[in-house]
Amino acid sequence: MAVDTSRPLDPAAGAKGARGRGGRVHKDGTPPPRGIRNALARHWYAWAMVAPVVVVIGLIIGYPLVRGLYLSLTDANEANVERTIGINHIPATYKTVGLDNFKAILEDQVFWDRLGWTVTWTVCCVALTFSIGLGLAVLLNRRFAGRTLYRSLLILPWAVPAFVSVFAWRLLYNEKNGILNKVLDGGGIDAVPWLNDPTMAKASVIAVNIWLGVPFMLVALLGGLQSIPGELYEAAEMDGASPWQRFRHITLPGLRSVSSTVILLSTIWTFNMFPVIFLLTRGGPGDATEILVTYAYRLSFVNSPRDFAGASAWGVLILLILMLFAVVYRRSLRKQGEVW
Amino acid sequence: MRRGIAATALVAAMALAATACGGDDGGSGGDKKSGGKLSGTVTYWDTSNEAEKGTYKELALGFAKKHPDVKVNYVNVPFGEALAKFKNAAGSGGSGAPDVLRTEVAWTQDLANIGYLAPLDGTPALANQSDYLPKALAGAKFKGKTYAVPQVIDTLGLFYNKKMLKEAGVQPPKDWTELKAAAKKIKEKTGKTGLYLRGDDAYWYLPFIYGEGGDLLDTGAKQVTIDDEPGVKAFAAARDLVTSKAAETDATDGWDNMQNAIKNGDVAMTINGPWAIEDTLAGKAFKDKSNLGVVPVPAGSKGQGAPQGGQNLTVYAGSKNLDASYAFAQYMSSPEVQAKTTEKLSLLPTRTSVYSNKSVAANPNVKFFKAAVDKAVERPWIPEGNSLFQAILVQFPNVLTGKTSPEKAAKSAGDAYRKLLKGDWK
Repeated sequence: MAVDTSRPLDPAAGAKGARGRGGRVHKDGTPPPRGIRNALARHWYAWAMVAPVVVVIGLIIGYPLVRGLYLSLTDANEANVERTIGINHIPATYKTVGLDNFKAILEDQVFWDRLGWTVTWTVCCVALTFSIGLGLAVLLNRRFAGRTLYRSLLILPWAVPAFVSVFAWRLLYNEKNGILNKVLDGGGIDAVPWLNDPTMAKASVIAVNIWLGVPFMLVALLGGLQSIPGELYEAAEMDGASPWQRFRHITLPGLRSVSSTVILLSTIWTFNMFPVIFLLTRGGPGDATEILVTYAYRLSFVNSPRDFAGASAWGVLILLILMLFAVVYRRSLRKQGEVW
Repeated sequence: MRRGIAATALVAAMALAATACGGDDGGSGGDKKSGGKLSGTVTYWDTSNEAEKGTYKELALGFAKKHPDVKVNYVNVPFGEALAKFKNAAGSGGSGAPDVLRTEVAWTQDLANIGYLAPLDGTPALANQSDYLPKALAGAKFKGKTYAVPQVIDTLGLFYNKKMLKEAGVQPPKDWTELKAAAKKIKEKTGKTGLYLRGDDAYWYLPFIYGEGGDLLDTGAKQVTIDDEPGVKAFAAARDLVTSKAAETDATDGWDNMQNAIKNGDVAMTINGPWAIEDTLAGKAFKDKSNLGVVPVPAGSKGQGAPQGGQNLTVYAGSKNLDASYAFAQYMSSPEVQAKTTEKLSLLPTRTSVYSNKSVAANPNVKFFKAAVDKAVERPWIPEGNSLFQAILVQFPNVLTGKTSPEKAAKSAGDAYRKLLKGDWK
């Protein structure tokens, strides 16, 4: 995040002299300190504008990140960290244990089970959300009566706070008193154990997440669709391209820059989608729907004493997995000639 | 999806704001004034349920009658969130933490171990210590010191709909085999299910393992015992009730579904504690209050056993108003207050003297539960006591619905315990 934010600012800060400065330092052998001082003197205003952002990001992202990395290498828990309770000051007594936490996690079947389900959950959610979002976007991109009404209705789920929607879904899913089962009962179908059967529970959480995610896809892809010039379609039609061919060869490539971004973002969000799983099933039944983040939460907030070290190590692993994914994903896009 | 992040942040911010509001003026008051009069504000976090909180609020605010200079700031915190909320507030230097917290018995040792609680030995809070039931006091101790004042003691019993059992022509069952037989008759005669068994709370597993003569841990020998034979049999016994359709269960929303089922007369029996009496009686099946019967939790193959539970009052070590907090804790567990909670909510007093009180002695639910509490099994009073439920909770729903075998469930729980318990546990 920090890196992304600062990048666009860089060229802005040195827009005029960026190229020249770089070259001069190199050729003339000017000592770097002078170059920095020079840059500071010339662009002090830009630096001053950037400083608050850097400080805030450093405080709210950088510090917790570094602290988490450090804790993951210790055996810190709630009972041995430093704390001040009223007049009592209890000093820290935890120690560094190196990579023991990571070793323990990677040797534990729990991690691999959770990782397997987290990947399944992410792939299912993103693939379905994207397809449904794309389908609806293509539909809504045509001109027809009541288009605006449909658009606003479809964006509605996004306007409701996620936790409210999730609680509403939980009421719908209730096996004994939920509306879904009442409706099925009316049709003579037996009650479905929506959240009480491991497989059904998995399907149910995925359904809710798709419901929450489609509006975002819809809006992003609709925007992308509208930026594709209409002449392309007209020309293709003149050439006798079928609707499917037009979709395949104009719509999809035209959406590539939008879709690659939304897929990456949505993958990262879904991978760490804490509220849906936690509020809907608390990871249950048993631990069937527990994803990596909800398990890390369990370690650091539910078990006593709270295991800060273990939870941090889980957090670091989650971060590594996501970074790895982002790097691989960007590489594969670049190979297809996409500059992102 | 983006909303998700924003919403989480919003919830977190609101939670923070709420805690901040709750305790803002928590410790702002002074200490004892020169004349020995108490003053300032005492913030009290109560965890009682919807049916109980009105009574508790009234009682807590009554403290000001005795100490007019003390302002009581009553906050009702949902039971399920209270421990995490308290830890968040207490750990971060204490702004927003209450002065007095109603603490589930299993939280007491956990919080004392981290250093969040003030020891109460020798303070006014624990005056007249000999009046407390020894079992209740045992749950308030940690490493030789007393960290809590017992407020309420409880255990589980079998609640039943008298009319429905009579219709089916069965007596309240004494063990699980009888319960299965009774459930079958109830199904035949009334079409209703016999028992609602909570599958989303590990507390409901305890009567099964005690009934088989086992326990989660042997704290004396420092040994994990849940994966021994009784633990396996306990899972099997509970599963048998559900798979034979004698009982129904859920993996989510168990409390609401259980209460709805018994209150509407959809099931004949539930297993529950005194804290549920008031709520249960509000249901349409109990318009005639005498329709609710309570008997001991059915026995297993080795005998009858239910867990000892209850609520304590603990004082936050960082309270800026310790003297008033001690006095408040003492007041909230005083004989008058305990007698009132019994009268209004049928909760069990922790003081021996209160049981001789006329209205308490005449309450049939108290009569029953007192005998049950005397026999109840004490839980392991260790800091990890509350976390022991987590591992069972992961296994319980899957065992009940037949997705995991009892052997596998018991073994997984035992493994989880060995991971959780630090030190030389076997």
